[in-house]
Amino acid sequence: MRAMGSRLRGNDIQKAGVAARSPIKLRFLPILSSAAMTIAPPDASPPFLSIRNLVKEFDTVRAVDDVSLSIGKGEIFALLGSSGCGKSTLLRMLAGFETPTAGTIALAGKDIVGVPPYERPINMMFQSYALFPHLTVWDNIAFGLRRDGLPKDEVASRVEQMLALVQLGSFGKRKPHQLSGGQQQRVALARSLAKSPQLLLLDEPLGALDKKLRERTQIELVNIIGQVGVTCVMVTHDQAEAMSMATRIAVMSEGRILQVGAPGEIYETPNCRFVADFIGSVNLFEGRVREDAPDHVIVDSRECSHYVSHGITGTAAMEVAVAVRPEKIALQATAPSAAQRESAAEDGYNCSAGNIATISYFGNETLYHVLLDSGMTIKVARTNAARHEQSRLERGQRVHAWWDGSDIVVLTA
Amino acid sequence: MSALKRPSSLGRRFVIAVPFAWLALAFLAPFLIVLHLSFTDMDPAGGFGSLTTYVDGVLNIKVKLSNYLFLAQDELYVLTYLSSLKYAAITTVLCLVIGYPFAYFMARARPAIRPTLMMLVMLPFWTSFLLRIYAWKGILANQGILNHLLLSLGVIGEPLHMMNTSFSLVIGMVYAYLPFMILPLYANLVKMDLRYLEAASDLGATPLQAFWRVTVPLSKSGIIAGAMLVFIPAVGEYVIPELLGGPGTLMIGKVLWDEFFTNNDWPLASAVTVVVILLILVPMAVFNKYKAQQPAEGRA
Repeated sequence: MRAMGSRLRGNDIQKAGVAARSPIKLRFLPILSSAAMTIAPPDASPPFLSIRNLVKEFDTVRAVDDVSLSIGKGEIFALLGSSGCGKSTLLRMLAGFETPTAGTIALAGKDIVGVPPYERPINMMFQSYALFPHLTVWDNIAFGLRRDGLPKDEVASRVEQMLALVQLGSFGKRKPHQLSGGQQQRVALARSLAKSPQLLLLDEPLGALDKKLRERTQIELVNIIGQVGVTCVMVTHDQAEAMSMATRIAVMSEGRILQVGAPGEIYETPNCRFVADFIGSVNLFEGRVREDAPDHVIVDSRECSHYVSHGITGTAAMEVAVAVRPEKIALQATAPSAAQRESAAEDGYNCSAGNIATISYFGNETLYHVLLDSGMTIKVARTNAARHEQSRLERGQRVHAWWDGSDIVVLTA
Repeated sequence: MSALKRPSSLGRRFVIAVPFAWLALAFLAPFLIVLHLSFTDMDPAGGFGSLTTYVDGVLNIKVKLSNYLFLAQDELYVLTYLSSLKYAAITTVLCLVIGYPFAYFMARARPAIRPTLMMLVMLPFWTSFLLRIYAWKGILANQGILNHLLLSLGVIGEPLHMMNTSFSLVIGMVYAYLPFMILPLYANLVKMDLRYLEAASDLGATPLQAFWRVTVPLSKSGIIAGAMLVFIPAVGEYVIPELLGGPGTLMIGKVLWDEFFTNNDWPLASAVTVVVILLILVPMAVFNKYKAQQPAEGRA
C-alpha cells in the first residue's frame, strides 16, 4: 500500500497549518447567559464540539430529534445510520447549511449557530466531492485560501503542500473530470484540509468509490487525518467504513441517536435491538427473564434457556431479547461436553439443536443457516482457520448450536 | 471518448436526410445563388451576367470582384457594418445584464412558480412581432405615452425626442431579443448543481463571491448560447431599425433592403449579404473551435 503523505511528517503539516490559518471571524458572538455559566463546572474542560438538544424540523417531519453529543479534540466521530435517519441533516447543521429549529452547537466553547458557513472554521468534504468543474485541481485547492485573502506565495506553498500530502503533486493543472474517482476523492480531501479547519466534516467520504479502492482509501484517509490531527465528524451508511475509521460511532435512527461508543463497544454491547441488528448480523432470541441475580441471569426462550453470566438492568419476568452474534456460536454433531463449557453452571443452557439448512462458503469463513427445532433459523459463522477442516458439516446434518454465557447480550429495548 | 456510432439502416439515414435536404434547399441553395450573383455584372437588359461564357471553344470564367472592392472603398458600407456590429453588441450586453438576474431568480424560484415565470417570458411571443415593435412607436413618440406620463408628472417641461434615435432602436432591440437571452441562461442555471455553491460557501466564499467565482463561470455556456442567439440576428436586423431607428442609426439589414429593392443592384446587394454572413460566421467558427478544445466541462 502506498501510504499517503509519507514525504511529509505530520508535525510539519500541523505547524504549517497553524501558520496558514487565518483568524477565525465570528461575527455573531453569542451572549453567554448566566444560566449556562453556572451549569458548567468551572474547571471541567468543555468538549471540543458540543451539540445540545439539537432539533431540525422540515415542515412536519423531525429530521433531527433532540440530539446531544460531545466530541473530543482529535476524534474521528462517525454518524452511522441508514438513509433518511437524519445523519446528513445533522452534518449540514454543523457545516451551517441548515439552521437548527432548536438547540445549540458549540465549537471550542463558542456557539456557532447563526454563523454563516463561510465564516465557520469548519470545512467539509462533500459526497461525490463537488469539485468545481471549471477550475483546475490547483485552483480548487486554492479556492478557500484565496477567499481568506492570503498572499499569493502563501497560497502557492500551501497548495503544493496539500498536493504533496495527498500525493497528487503532478496533477495540479488537470481539471477534475480528467481524474479518476480515487484521485478526485484525494483532491476533495486536500481542498477541505487546505484551510486547516478546526473541524473536518466528511459526507459519505468513500461512497463514490468501488469496493476494492474503498478499502485502501479508508486506510489512507485515516492516516492523513491522523497526520494533520484534525477533529473529524463523518457521515456514513456503511458500517464497515464507520467501524474501521472512527474512534467513536453514533448510531442514528429516525432522527435520534440510539447509542454512542467505540466500534467494539457498539458491536459487542449494543444497547437495543436496532443497534444489534444494524451493526453486523445477530441472532435474537425473544424470551422472558426467569432468574435475575446480580452475577447472572437466566432467560427462557422457545429455543432454549439462556444462562447469562453477567447481571443486567432488568427485572424478573421482563420481556427481553437474547442477542448472540453468528461468529460466537459453535456447531457440532454432539451436545457440548461439560469440559467445553465456560463454567459448570452453563451445563444444559445456551444450546439448541437443529438441522443445517444452507451452507454459504465465503473462503475466509462459512455461514451456516441452522433451522432449530423451535422453527427459528439462526446464523452461525465459522472461520475457516485451517485449510482442511477436520469435521466437515453437511447440509441437512443434525447439529447442536451452543454458545458461552459471556457472549450473550440481553437487550431490553 | 467513443465516437458516435454511425447510423447504418436506411430508415435512420432517411430521418437524418430530411432536415438536411430542407437546409440544403432552403438555405444552402439560395446562399450559393447569392454568392454567384455577387461575382456577376448587372446586365443592362435587366438580367444578370453569367460567370462562364463559352465562345468559339474557349471557356471564359469571369469572376467580378468589383462589387467587393466597392464595398471596401465606399465608406458608407464600412460604417454601416461597424454600426450594425455596435448596435448588436450593445443589445447583447444589455440583454445579458437584464436577462441574467431574471434567469437567475427564475432558476432559483420555487419549482411551483417557475412555469408562471416562464410564461411571462414567453407571453410576448403570443402577439405579432411587428405589432409589438409598432407599440413602441406609440410609447416613445413625441406625443406618446411615455412623454405624456413624464409631462404630467412634471419630470420634464417639454416632450423628449426619443423616436428614431439610437435610444429607441436599442430599446426595441433589447425588448425583442431579451427572451432569447433569458431562455438559454435559465436552462443552464436551473440545471446547476447547488452543491457547488455550498462548497464555495463552505470554503469561505460570501454569497457574492460564490456568484462571481462559481455561478457565473459555470453558466458560461449559457451566456455564450444566449449571446449568440441575440447577437447574430441582431446584426442583420431589418424591421426594428426600419420602424424605430432613424437616419443616424445605420444598420446593414436596411442597407441590404435598399440595395436589393430600391437600387435593384442585385450583384452589389449579394456582395453585402456575403460579407454579413462572413462577419457572423468567422466569430462563430472561432468559438466552435475554442469549444471543441475544451470538451465537456464536466457536469458531476
